[in-house]
This record gives sequence, structure tokens and C-alpha cells, in this order.
Amino acid sequence: MIFSNPEIWALTLSMAIPLALPAVGGTFSERTGVVNIAMEGIMLIGAFFGVAFSYWTGNAWVGLFAAIVCGALTALALAWGAIHVSADQTVLGMGINIFAAGLTTFLLNTLFGYNGTPVNTPKLPSVSIPGLDHIPYIGVIFTNQSVLVYVGIVLIFLSHWFLFSTRLGLRMRSVGENPLAADTLGIPVWRLRYLGVVLSGVFSAIGGAYLSIGILNGFTSNMTSGRGYIALAAMIFGKWTPLGSFGAALIFGFSTALGIVLQGHGVSSNILQMIPYALTILALTGLIGRSTPPAADGIPYEPRR
Amino acid sequence: MKALQSILLPVAASLVAIAIGAILVAALGYNPVSVYGSLISGAFGSLGNLGNTLTASLPLIIIGLGIALSFQSGLFNIGADGQYWIGATAAVWVGYHFTSLPGWLHMLLCLAAGMVAGALWAGVIPGLTKAFVGAHEVITTMMMSYIAILFARYLIEGGPMQEKGYIPQSPLIASNTQFPYFTQGFARSQLSPISMLIAALAVLAAWFLLYKTTLGFSLRSVGLNPRAAKYAGIRVKLYIIIALALSGLFAGLAGAVQMLGVDHQLLDGFSSNYGYTAIVVALLARNNPLAVVISGLFFGALTTGGQNMQIVSNVPASLTNVLTGLIIFFVGCERIIPQVIGWYRRRRSARAQTPAS
Repeated sequence: MIFSNPEIWALTLSMAIPLALPAVGGTFSERTGVVNIAMEGIMLIGAFFGVAFSYWTGNAWVGLFAAIVCGALTALALAWGAIHVSADQTVLGMGINIFAAGLTTFLLNTLFGYNGTPVNTPKLPSVSIPGLDHIPYIGVIFTNQSVLVYVGIVLIFLSHWFLFSTRLGLRMRSVGENPLAADTLGIPVWRLRYLGVVLSGVFSAIGGAYLSIGILNGFTSNMTSGRGYIALAAMIFGKWTPLGSFGAALIFGFSTALGIVLQGHGVSSNILQMIPYALTILALTGLIGRSTPPAADGIPYEPRR
Repeated sequence: MKALQSILLPVAASLVAIAIGAILVAALGYNPVSVYGSLISGAFGSLGNLGNTLTASLPLIIIGLGIALSFQSGLFNIGADGQYWIGATAAVWVGYHFTSLPGWLHMLLCLAAGMVAGALWAGVIPGLTKAFVGAHEVITTMMMSYIAILFARYLIEGGPMQEKGYIPQSPLIASNTQFPYFTQGFARSQLSPISMLIAALAVLAAWFLLYKTTLGFSLRSVGLNPRAAKYAGIRVKLYIIIALALSGLFAGLAGAVQMLGVDHQLLDGFSSNYGYTAIVVALLARNNPLAVVISGLFFGALTTGGQNMQIVSNVPASLTNVLTGLIIFFVGCERIIPQVIGWYRRRRSARAQTPAS
């Protein structure tokens, strides 16, 4: 009965993108060996600054660009701490998450007052793919989605190809598996780790901006609601590959969509909202296959001079 | 040197964070001196404020103890907030049932319910999955935290724990379970001597457990080197579950104490962030139960002061979260101190050698 309405599939894709993008970004970071749990925080930063700059310049694309820059800068801080200072990457990540949640709420209140972001903030356009959107039943999936959905899908496939079919991708992966061996071959371990972390920041920021200027046109405090952590689970579930993460994100996105569609059918909305979180835990129990992280994931590399 | 470093690092991290916060508010047009002034006076300015600071510190201390325990066992219990709420929910439920019991017994039952609920919330799903399939406890505890909050909301929004009427709230707990307040001195705050006593006992219990029992020794061994612990005969899987369960137990206790001492019921729109702030409390205290007291007081002051700062200086209280996040980041970068010292030493020795050439 609920499946008779194809909207649920369009919603699935829409809800999957803010999970898939940070998850794919996470694969870049973790494949080079840096644990990144700051995706939640960087998403918030991307979401807020995307809205802020979109409002200030009147152009949502400038907002998106600003979101990417701010996300990259935040990731740079994480990268510096993890790579240069050999700090505990989980602690740093939590610090960034708490900092970002505080900063975005603080700036929201000081810059936009307690009424929230203005209602006339421009958002990114929503488009339908001509031709595809006329296919019966599944055409809805390609109708009126934010342009970031399509951009995101392209980015995800590009990332998979980059990581597994290019020489630079191979080098990045080698740095995450055995940095010492990579170093002896002349591969710049630290530089590639910086690249991986910054890329993860870019992707997380786009994911966050999708929430604020893609499907909505405003920022509310803590609007990511744990998606950064679900994205982590999607990455693990997807065996640290972009395409796998996308698949996992689609499953989680479906659970969110299911919760939305079932609302008003008598089940408490609070219970329905639990579904994605519960599914995440289930995914991590390894009932559906264990996945192993890159061998040097989370271990700082200190080159001996 | 090591002891000095242990104290130097948290203090330095806090000072740098405070300085950055000052720059931030100055950039937004506020006067940092008056902003921080209202923060400090809000925390310590009067006896009533001091009482509020202590009241805000107690859950941070108790939860912080649990998190310090989990950190010492090598586990990141990020979901302490959810364990806190599940403990609060359990305590409230017991609080408005069983009303025929004598006061002291009813109170103990509420506290026990909170502790058991918190322990189960952390120990069963996050604990078992971590121990047996290696599921990352950062994610599982965080997910359980969201589920706990949604569950509590469900219970009071048209659910089985809602008080009759239209407001989403639970019934008040029985008056014989509510902690009495101070009648003089801290009388204008919601501080209760019983809460303070429980917190003090919790600190002693945590310290004793960690450093004076074989259980604590096993937990710390697992935290330092799980493989070595396993070869020493310690059942790592079991202690992972125990560590998470104990961590949740403390968080649940804090929730119960807060309900019995301050809120007396579950209200809608609750959000505390105690669980996340407690992580920083534990980190700043370097996971030492005794230092958690000082760290907890510091962040309790930040919370109460922040509320005053919002009213008086018009700076949103979320600034304190900015400071908190910065502190945790800087504390995480602890290895920069030996790095800087090593760099300085190398420069000095290099400079001592070059005059010969």
C-alpha cells in the first residue's frame, strides 16, 4: 500500500544524499588512514555557512562555494591535529563536532537573531531530468530533486573511479594500508593524508549544504540530527568504498523515507524517527558481513628523519 | 614533569579557548571583558548563583566519572546523554509509582532504577556488539542516545507516561522522593545536600574501583593494551561490556539524581547536553576521578555563567559550547607540548654546536 506511491523512492534518494556524500568523503579520509568522526560537525558548518553566504550574496551557488571552503578549512584543522601533532583522532573529531554545534548555533543567534534565518534566503534550484522523469513510476525519482542530488551522484561515481582506477587513488590507499612501505617508495604520506581529510571535509560540507540550501532554505540549530554519525556507519557498512557507501546510504535513506511516509498512519512519529538509528546499529552488528578498515586507519604516521 | 604537564595542558587549553572566545565576541561587537564578567558573576556572584553552579556541576561530575571510566578502559562512550535520559525516565517512572513505600526506600529504588536503566542501555547493545563483533562504540552509543531521547519523548507525548491533560509531561514524582533543598545559605538555588552526598560517594566509588580493585585494574589494562591483557588472562570481551555498563550506570545515576533533586518530572522540550559536556569534563580531567570534580565544577560554572551571560550581555549561551569544543580540540593536541619541547631542545643543541665551525 505504501509502495503504491512512488514518492517513497524519490524521498529515499533525497534522504540518502546527505548521508552518502559525507560517507564518500569519509572513505577518502579513512582510506588514507585518518579516522574522521567530525563529519557531523563539518556538515553543520557547511549547512550554516551555505545559508549565511547565500543570504548575504543573494546567490545560493556562492553559498555552496562558501560552505565548501569553510568545510575544507575545518577539515584542515582536523588534519593538522591528526597528522602533524599525532593527536587522538577520535578526540579531535568530537571536539570539532561540539565546537561546530556551538559555533553554528551561536552565529545563528547573533547574526540572524532568534527568529532564525530569513525566509527569503535563496536556495539551490531543483530540477527534473527531461526524459527520465516521464518514465512511469520511477520517473518520480528524477523529478524535482535538488540539483545537488544529481551532482552528488556524479561525484560518488567519480570518487569510486578515482579511488580505485587511478594512480593517485592507489597511492592514497597504500598510504592507509602501509604508510611505511609507501614512504620508502617516495609517496608523500602526510600530503596525501591532508588531501584525504580535506576531501572528506568538502564532501561533508556539500552534504550539509544540501540540507540547508538544497532541500530547504534555512538553517536550524543542530539540523543534521546525527546524520554525520549515520554516514560513518554507511561508510563502514559499505566497506570503505564510495559505491558501497552510496548503497548503504540508500538503505538508511529508505528507512528515513519510510518513517516520513508512515506518519499520520497511527504510529507515533517519535517511534518512526527511531528507524534509521536502529537500522544503523543493526548494520554495525555485522549480520550482513564484516568489514575491515584500512590497516593503518587511525594510526598517526611519524616519519623517522 | 609529567604531573606538571598533566595540569599545564588542560589549563593552557582552557586559556587559549577563552582567548579565542574573547576574539570571537569582540569581532561581533561585544565587549569581551563585560561578557566574561557576566559569565563569572553568573557562576559565582552570589550564594544563590554558586548554588546553581553546584547544581549544574553535579550531573557533569557524575556522568564525567562514568566517561572517565570508559576512557580508561579504552572505550569512547559518546552516548552518555541518552543513558542519562533513560536513567531519568526510569527514575521518574519509579518515582510516581510505588507511592506507599517509605520515603528513603522509594528514593533508593528510584536511584537504583536509574542506574540499572543506564547500565543496560550502554552495556547491552553497545557493549555486546563491541565485544563480539567489534561494532564501533562511538556510533552505537550515539545511536542509542538518539533512540533514548526519542523514546522518552514518545512516552510523554501521548504515550504511557503522560500526565492527564494536554501538556506533554510526566506526572510529578512522589513528594517523599523529592530531595530536600538547603534552607539557608544556598536556599535560593535548587541545590540539595543529598545530591552533593551522592556525587561525593560516586567520586569515591569511582576512584576506589579504578585504582584499588582488581576490576579496575583489569579495566585499565584492557584500555592500555587489549592484546597484552588477553594474554595476561583477562577476559577482554567481558570487561568491555562491564566498562560500558558501568559508564552507563553513572550516567543513569546522574539522570536519576537530576530528576529527584531538580526537575521532579519529565518535561517536553528537554535538552541537556550534559552527556556531551561530560565528555569534555572527563578529558580535561585526564580521566582521573578526583580531577573530574574540579573539571565538572569548571563546566558547571560555564553553564550557569553562560545563562547569565545570555541575559545580561545578550551573548547567546551557545558560546560556552564553542569554548567547550575548542578546549577538547586543544586537549586532544596534547602531543604538541613534547613536540615543541623537543624542537626547542634540538634548536638549542644545534646552536651550541655551530659556533665551533
